[in-house]
Amino acid sequence: MKRVYVNEQWCLGCRLCEYYCAFAGIGGADMARTLKGVKINPRICVEENNGISFAVSCRHCEEPLCVKSCITGALTVNSDGGVIVVDKSRCVGCYTCILSCPYGAVSPSDDGVIQKCELCVKTVSGVPACVQGCPNNAIVFEERCVAL
Amino acid sequence: MINYLYPLYEIVRNYDRCIACRVCERQCANEVHEYICDADKVVCDDSKCVNCHRCVALCPTRALKIVKSGNTYRENANWSCKTIDEIYKQAGSGGVLLSGMGNPEKYPVYFDKILLNASQVTNPPIDPLREPMETKVSLGAKPKAVERDENGRIINNLPPQIKLSMPLMFSAMSYGSISYNAHESLARAACELGILYNTGEGGLHEDFYQYGNNTIVQVASGRFGVHTGYLNASAAIEIKMGQGAKPGIGGHLPGTKIVGDIAKTRMIPEGSDAISPAPHHDIYSIEDLRQLVYSLKEATGYKKPVIVKIAAVHNITAIASGIARSGADMIAIDGFRGGTGAAPTRIRDNVGIPIELALAGVDKRLRDEGIRDNVSIVVGGSIRSSSDVVKAVALGADSVYIASAALIAMGCHLCRNCHGGKCNWGIATQIPELVKRLNPDLGYKRLVNLLTAWEHEIKEMMGLMGINSIESLKGNRLMLRGVGLSDRELEILGIKYAGS
Repeated sequence: MKRVYVNEQWCLGCRLCEYYCAFAGIGGADMARTLKGVKINPRICVEENNGISFAVSCRHCEEPLCVKSCITGALTVNSDGGVIVVDKSRCVGCYTCILSCPYGAVSPSDDGVIQKCELCVKTVSGVPACVQGCPNNAIVFEERCVAL
Repeated sequence: MINYLYPLYEIVRNYDRCIACRVCERQCANEVHEYICDADKVVCDDSKCVNCHRCVALCPTRALKIVKSGNTYRENANWSCKTIDEIYKQAGSGGVLLSGMGNPEKYPVYFDKILLNASQVTNPPIDPLREPMETKVSLGAKPKAVERDENGRIINNLPPQIKLSMPLMFSAMSYGSISYNAHESLARAACELGILYNTGEGGLHEDFYQYGNNTIVQVASGRFGVHTGYLNASAAIEIKMGQGAKPGIGGHLPGTKIVGDIAKTRMIPEGSDAISPAPHHDIYSIEDLRQLVYSLKEATGYKKPVIVKIAAVHNITAIASGIARSGADMIAIDGFRGGTGAAPTRIRDNVGIPIELALAGVDKRLRDEGIRDNVSIVVGGSIRSSSDVVKAVALGADSVYIASAALIAMGCHLCRNCHGGKCNWGIATQIPELVKRLNPDLGYKRLVNLLTAWEHEIKEMMGLMGINSIESLKGNRLMLRGVGLSDRELEILGIKYAGS
């Protein structure tokens, strides 16, 4: 399965991925209109310290602890691909998934329940918005033979 | 002290579109933009802006543009605002004015006054999409006659050649003046395209020896990074006598840029200034040059062609004639518009001659003297497009050198502040956070794209002239006509006026 990977070496810490993620989450035709005056709450987050930076988002683990920990079955592994998806109508906001994710890739959403990267591949280019918006190929969307 | 200088450019921020994502602030090495937390807005200080467009290009909402400042002194046809500002600068600093990139002044661009021919009716054009077109060239001295041994068998007397898939090479830019990632992009693009790139006078980084077959190594007056391994790793060796942007003067890479691998590659101590003298201290005549040419050939077993690179100056034809007799295999001529990482502004803008005239003069003189086959001619100094390449070949060049165009392909916006060392595009800088802005995976691809596009266009232009091999275009000045040129200019270019 194609996943989002980070090439830390090329991350500039510009945080454009966060804004493209937020824009993709809210939607709309124009980023300026969508995000003007909005405090963004993206599903991808750039970690930065001592001149090193990289973007962190859901790894879509083969054996996801968040899914295992979910008490209502709101988090599931999508049957046709392996993408871990949230059914917001089932989520009760207990945040057990947030506690159990080793990457810190699950976060509270603005509407009370949780949010996480669900690989927005239904874009024009077919790649997630963060990948599309990265100016330096620091975030890539590709198939890799690595055990997660 | 009063600051006499008003910023040349103003940054216009459309606050209706700005979402305060702060990418402009994070990406500007000149610290122009600043986020004001209380007001939740980004403001800018125009006086630090060099107009490199990094913020404009990365702004996700197109909220930024940069415009020329409307501020002006009282109009004066003699004392332009630029001239006055330069005096203020020098009166303030007491220093020599420095500039990056090539001569930006309004001198004639002869390529823009030359038009190409096309076939009609009696000499059919060729469709390059349906018929084979040959853009390959072979550079180096060509034998004058066929030689045979006592049994009548042909002796291979072909001097060493370099083969290019198209008549184009990346010209010299040193590791130090440009970044590791820029070098890697050039090297990988040259390999994929089947052309050559040039190390400049910075030595060859050990990581790039793998691209040796596509590398020209340079030997310049400072002799930085020159050793036997370096010479033998290459496809060809270039002796740099001069550079179009600053003929007759040397180079100076400040000690602040001589860090880590750059110092190691140049074989000089970290932090020491890399000063290339104006002359080669062992070359004061063509005979001296010949000694260096043969020293280099000796060091490489006569397997590598030797290029002598000179700036286009007034006596270029006589100098080229000398070089063609020196044993060199190729002459590279750099016109007065050629780029540079840093040059004194007065020299960059006032010294040298246009490459079109130099090329036409040299090609004619070498043919007249019967020594044109002794050398191949490579020209550089602002080759901006595929049509410039075609016109240069028709004027007599075997190949061209491009550098500014290659940098622009990698993101350079010609802000001409290379000498500041804070290139926001990761090209002319050695600051690690800036260097990594140029991902060679993207940089090399953009170079390959550019030259692939140019190759298509070259084939189209050859096809419309009814020519299917670039060799048949070489020196074919009947394919050129001039417009807006005097009789003297036409005579030097060796072309006719349009309509005649």
